[in-house]
Amino acid sequence: MDVPVSYYVVLSGIVFSIGLVGVLIRRNIIIILLSVELMLNATNINFVAFSSYLGNLSGQVFVFFALTVAAAEVAVGLAIIIALYRHSASINIDDFRLLKW
Amino acid sequence: METFVFFYFASIIVVTAALVIGLKNPIYSALALLVMFFHVAGLFVTLHAEFLAIIQILVYAGAILVLYLFVVMLLNLKREEHFHSQWIVGLFLGCVLFAEAVLLVVKGETTLGDNLATPTASIELTQGNTESIGELLYTTYLFPFEVASLILLVAMVGAVILTKKGIMEVKG
Repeated sequence: MDVPVSYYVVLSGIVFSIGLVGVLIRRNIIIILLSVELMLNATNINFVAFSSYLGNLSGQVFVFFALTVAAAEVAVGLAIIIALYRHSASINIDDFRLLKW
Repeated sequence: METFVFFYFASIIVVTAALVIGLKNPIYSALALLVMFFHVAGLFVTLHAEFLAIIQILVYAGAILVLYLFVVMLLNLKREEHFHSQWIVGLFLGCVLFAEAVLLVVKGETTLGDNLATPTASIELTQGNTESIGELLYTTYLFPFEVASLILLVAMVGAVILTKKGIMEVKG
């Protein structure tokens, strides 16, 4: 337990920011979903670090739930990607601006 | 020693996370994410969350990432040539958000330190990590656990409906 908990918070901040930048700068929808996974993992690191430092296992249970939601998100997200690809043979985010005025 | 291990895992995590959003080929991105998941699992082991480390590898690396690779190979994608045209703004926003996070940690250091000054004798080592989590999951968090199973069911039905041809046409 030599490592202060703030190191973990900064690490997860870095990973979260990278995920956010990935969502903003990439045009491939699959990479955007991968970036969302990055952000979910950043929160998981935080949960586990605080759970370990506070000696409270609830944080680890919440990581479990976050994992469930991530799995559901991937299943639905990839299904949407396949439907989009069938619709217009592309997964470039620039091709889908139907809702943009 | 623990600090060294932490910095090893942290540096690999940050580098592979940057590679995920930096590489042009989606398959390489997914493989970089795989390396990152393994190192996050290693970080969990150093934090005495052994059960979650295994679950991380099984679910993320074993299921989620395989699903990604499956879809990437199914769609037979071309390489992406450029980033989004707003990439400078995106990078700037990311830096601002990270600066905010660091500022919060630095400013909140004193209160954080007070709360954490007396770490309660960590997790009970009389029973294993898995056993403790299972006990908590089936007592305190029983209702959220059931809701999680419902979420998975909804996701499964949603994925089938979205991808199966002909379901929507019959209704409309």
